[in-house]
Amino acid sequence: MTTAVFDEARVKQAAARMRHDIVEMIAEAGSGHPGGSLSAADIVATLYFGGVLRHDPSDPAWAGRDRFVLSKGHAAPVLYAALAEAGYFGRDHLSTLRKLGSMLQGHPDSKKTPGVEVSTGSLGQGLSIAAGIAAGLRTTPDDDRCVFALLGDGELQEGQVWEAAMFAAHHGLENLVAIVDDNGLQIDGACSEVMCLGEIASKFTAFGWRAFEVDGHDPAQLYEGLMAARTHEGGPAVVVAHTVKGKGVSFMEGDAGWHGKAPSAEQTEQARGEIAASWEGGA
Amino acid sequence: MAKATREAFGATLVDLAREGVDVVAVEADLSKSTTTATFADAFPERFFNVGIAEQNMIDVAAGLAVSGKVAFTGSFAVFATGRAYDQVRNTVCYSGLDVKLAPTHSGITVGPDGGSHQMIEDIALMRVLPGMRVLVPADYAAARAALRAAAMTPGPFYIRLGRTSFADVYGDDFEFEVGRAYVLREGTDVTLAACGIEVAEALKAAETLAAEGISAEVIDVASVKPLDVDTLVTSVAKTGRIVTCEEHSVLGGMGSAVSEVLSEVCPVPTRRIGVADVFGTSGEPAELVEHFGLSAEHIAAAARELTS
Repeated sequence: MTTAVFDEARVKQAAARMRHDIVEMIAEAGSGHPGGSLSAADIVATLYFGGVLRHDPSDPAWAGRDRFVLSKGHAAPVLYAALAEAGYFGRDHLSTLRKLGSMLQGHPDSKKTPGVEVSTGSLGQGLSIAAGIAAGLRTTPDDDRCVFALLGDGELQEGQVWEAAMFAAHHGLENLVAIVDDNGLQIDGACSEVMCLGEIASKFTAFGWRAFEVDGHDPAQLYEGLMAARTHEGGPAVVVAHTVKGKGVSFMEGDAGWHGKAPSAEQTEQARGEIAASWEGGA
Repeated sequence: MAKATREAFGATLVDLAREGVDVVAVEADLSKSTTTATFADAFPERFFNVGIAEQNMIDVAAGLAVSGKVAFTGSFAVFATGRAYDQVRNTVCYSGLDVKLAPTHSGITVGPDGGSHQMIEDIALMRVLPGMRVLVPADYAAARAALRAAAMTPGPFYIRLGRTSFADVYGDDFEFEVGRAYVLREGTDVTLAACGIEVAEALKAAETLAAEGISAEVIDVASVKPLDVDTLVTSVAKTGRIVTCEEHSVLGGMGSAVSEVLSEVCPVPTRRIGVADVFGTSGEPAELVEHFGLSAEHIAAAARELTS
């Protein structure tokens, strides 16, 4: 099992390696979703390598583990990069993303990939699934296994998210933590222009959740927020992580056009260089 | 009036829980109608009412299954399959989870609520999903056995329950085998393959036909998927003709499933009894069975036409 120690340098290193892998695997695949994978890299790195998520890469079915549901399933590359970094499977699999016969499907497939708890990809469903897992795990009062669900901000436009929000609060699911990757962009442009989400944290608060807001690219803030959400008692909590779509690759940052397309060879080279520079700078 | 198949739902869940099966139920504000309230009363900690939110119902059940439970869902057939189709497809079936959909109020025997609530496309919607098993029990005893079989067999199930039953077919000791069709009456001239309330109608039709000198074999095709191809082929190889009978659209249901297989393996003249390509309408259940041409008399007429 992963030891629960927060080491900011380790998280930053893991996030940089994951960003590198995300760009490489999407470039190799020739398709995929870099923008929302890169925006979530620090969140997922803090979960897996910051001592937040209790898990055991050598025993993916370990009963005592926490559960992670990637509700925004199109960000599969960030999950695959984390799982490979953690050792759930060999890094050689990353280059098979989206190819025939690969265990790394375009969207997460729990039947094929070790470490993937449940298949996702159709938006709006992950919070309901996570709430169901949380309800099912909460068999004894001292059971503190926690369920984390990562949602996109655009995904909150799906009405089912709010059905789940109601359910989790009604049942006082204090072992449930939602994380919103609030990068402000969706396929057709800015969320505020496509379908304005308003105040995300206060919407959850109105549904009876405890809300925390953090800089989604600051591992220390993420750790504080995620641990506060995990230990919050009496009901579910959400961490609204303010992020930049495409974070870490200058030409992708803040551009909705990079939601779902692969970089060219030259763009990949540039991205590789920028990520390597940040890695060395932060190490 | 016989006990309706829906009445088996809550009672069977209570039995399973008492026997130590780790069942839970997720309902969407219809616990009294579906009878999951019986289970809720006996095992409140295993019952989750999501309110009027069928999509959430299916995915909360999926989550409960991921956590290790055998999760049954309620609601009415029209909402559980239609409104929550993407949840059933992309989460329950794509992940291959232990979720058992057992919605009630399928078919036209819903009655006065009318076409909006009479689900006659559900078998079609469910049987095309990879990994989904589809059971259509003929009566209360069969429903109890089918629910039990679904609970004991890993993976997704659709158990089609109804609001109204007209006649019992089986005794209390009936044991359901997934993937098996039951030959209830042997015959040599025509095969009547039925499911749900139509099994009793087919048996009545066989009586009528016998009096006219036509020997009808009646098969309960309660397991629409997986289909018992051997039993069906053996029967039509003998009789040379088949009438399929279901309280469902003639498009995509059990009749279609049977026709798909027989057309490849053993093609025979076929008639499909079911609701034509139309929506339901308000009326009393017995009136609607007549109105949509599902009664024993209509089955007998189709058999006569095939054998003449």
